[in-house]
Amino acid sequence: MSAYESPIREPLVTGGKTYHQITRDIVRSTEGMPPLSWFAVTGLAATVLMLGSLAILYTLWMGIGTWGLNRTVGWAWDITNFVWWIGIGHAGTLISAILLIFRQRWRTGINRSAEAMTIFAVMCAGLFPGIHMGRPWDAFFIFPYPNTRGPLWPNFNSPLLWDVFAISTYFTVSLLFWYSGLLPDFATIRDQAKSKFRKLTYNALSFGWTGSAKHWQRFESLSLVLAGLATPLVLSVHTIVSFDFATSVIPGWHTTIFPPYFVAGAIFSGFAMVLTLMIITRKVLKLEDYITIGHIESMNKVIILTGSIVGIAYITELFMAWYSGYMYEQYAFYNRALGPYWWAYWIMMFCNVVSPQVFWIKKLRRSVAFTFFMSIIINIGMWFERFVIIVTSLHRDFLPSSWTYFTPTIVDIGIFAATLGLFFTLFLLFARTFPVVAMAEVKAILKTSGDTQKQRHTEHVDDGHHGGGEVAGVLRNKA
Amino acid sequence: MDKYIVGLFNDDEKLMKAVEAFRKAGVAIHDVLTPYPVHGLDAAMGLKDSRLHTVGFLAGASGCLFALGFIIWTNAVSYPTNFGGKPLISIPSYIPVTFEVTVLSAAVTMVVAFFVRSGFSVFKQPRIFDERTTDDHFAMIFETNDKNENDLSKIRELLKHNGAVEVNEKSFE
Repeated sequence: MSAYESPIREPLVTGGKTYHQITRDIVRSTEGMPPLSWFAVTGLAATVLMLGSLAILYTLWMGIGTWGLNRTVGWAWDITNFVWWIGIGHAGTLISAILLIFRQRWRTGINRSAEAMTIFAVMCAGLFPGIHMGRPWDAFFIFPYPNTRGPLWPNFNSPLLWDVFAISTYFTVSLLFWYSGLLPDFATIRDQAKSKFRKLTYNALSFGWTGSAKHWQRFESLSLVLAGLATPLVLSVHTIVSFDFATSVIPGWHTTIFPPYFVAGAIFSGFAMVLTLMIITRKVLKLEDYITIGHIESMNKVIILTGSIVGIAYITELFMAWYSGYMYEQYAFYNRALGPYWWAYWIMMFCNVVSPQVFWIKKLRRSVAFTFFMSIIINIGMWFERFVIIVTSLHRDFLPSSWTYFTPTIVDIGIFAATLGLFFTLFLLFARTFPVVAMAEVKAILKTSGDTQKQRHTEHVDDGHHGGGEVAGVLRNKA
Repeated sequence: MDKYIVGLFNDDEKLMKAVEAFRKAGVAIHDVLTPYPVHGLDAAMGLKDSRLHTVGFLAGASGCLFALGFIIWTNAVSYPTNFGGKPLISIPSYIPVTFEVTVLSAAVTMVVAFFVRSGFSVFKQPRIFDERTTDDHFAMIFETNDKNENDLSKIRELLKHNGAVEVNEKSFE
């Protein structure tokens, strides 16, 4: 129902939309022939995916000796990319689950595509540990199934096994959450469809949704509980990813600060990727009325918060290295900042600590072009964060005779390119066939947060009193 | 042949008032279709609370116990293995997997229960009373097979009186 919302809060749906206009605006992008530019961009992404897949096939054929890894640096691009992609996924779950629990209405405009981004990012992430195994056809060994080797079970004390459970649970729950939210919107597309084929396809996708009151009641109950489950889940996933490092005894990894620091970093990078995608999507699909400047500003606020947490974590690490009095820990951090990988460290520091602080300036927070630029900078910075943590901690180990310098090979680069290609191909297909904005959810907040509706509400409140303040107006209205 | 009366509304507040009016008049509402979840509608229609969250809790609790029991069994009974000098049953390092399995079983069971109880399937051909109910209209549906002309005109009257923008008849084979 039309709950009252303070006029200070920006409208979340602009352009004086009605329910029907919302339907048409969102359904339109799934109808008709896609424009030539869509084919061009999708073709480009798919080509990158194809070419990159050659690098994956080459790895499968030849083994991981084709990568830049060596005896000293056993984890590098593969795990960097894995953590980067997983981190990106976290923003989608934060938007759809945590913001749902906190009743943040602005999530409705962006949650659908942010969740899609989560699912595609986790798919890209999962690829890396898979092929890093060297013999991916034996990947099922990681699951606890009765086998002829004893049965020898996997080691449940190992953070790498925790990762298997965390990532697969995260992927499954995100997919279920996303898909159950899609049912009503698929039904809307079905009912808007003209051709029989479209009707049949979208009816199958909607699982025969009709919008019955009982179904909505279950739907609401399901989304609330799933959000409640996804909230600790998303925090646990990156916590467990950080355990891969923190439970080891490598200086630079063995710190208790890792779980919160990784979670904040994940949300930080994820919001940057959401912004990158949203700024393009809203422009191309003409969704400026649903993904407003206000939405962009809210996301930038999350970026300042998480970026500052990340910055404090970096500085805390440095301080603790010095304060610990432990020579190896001190050297690990000295080596990060001033060793052979100094450039990576300072790129990370600049992109993640310095650059997000400019968002304290409101004008920059609300500038679309500047936000887009910043989102790319943050994505680069967060990639380097993982690279710095992984490679600089490993390349100079306890035995100086085995110190090396890691350089990626063309295969490393190719596989990373393949995941970028996969991510963008999937997102572009999604943008043309799925409802990119959660129509039902936007309709549900229209009366409280639509611009004309808010306007009407304010005028209504102002009737018949002068200088009495809003609260008095509302009270009078109720009486 | 199933016959229905479909009353269409274009505002959720009017719909709520109409639902209350029909409840007061003692007319059974077959179903209400809305394009988005209208809060309080289930209570107004007198629907029972959904038990889905109970399903989620039970599935989560059993998933939790199963995971913990299974890990302890593998590590201490089936193939006792000493990992890094830790005790055979070392609960703290079992917590991450136990937690993940708890969440997974709760979520999967709830979604399956939701689909099964609501009868959703890829092959379901639902009765579409009005295509606008997933767009911008709210529909109240009344079964009319067992009603006489007097009842029907009363329903139509009540719908119109409560702000229905259209009152249609719909029948299915």
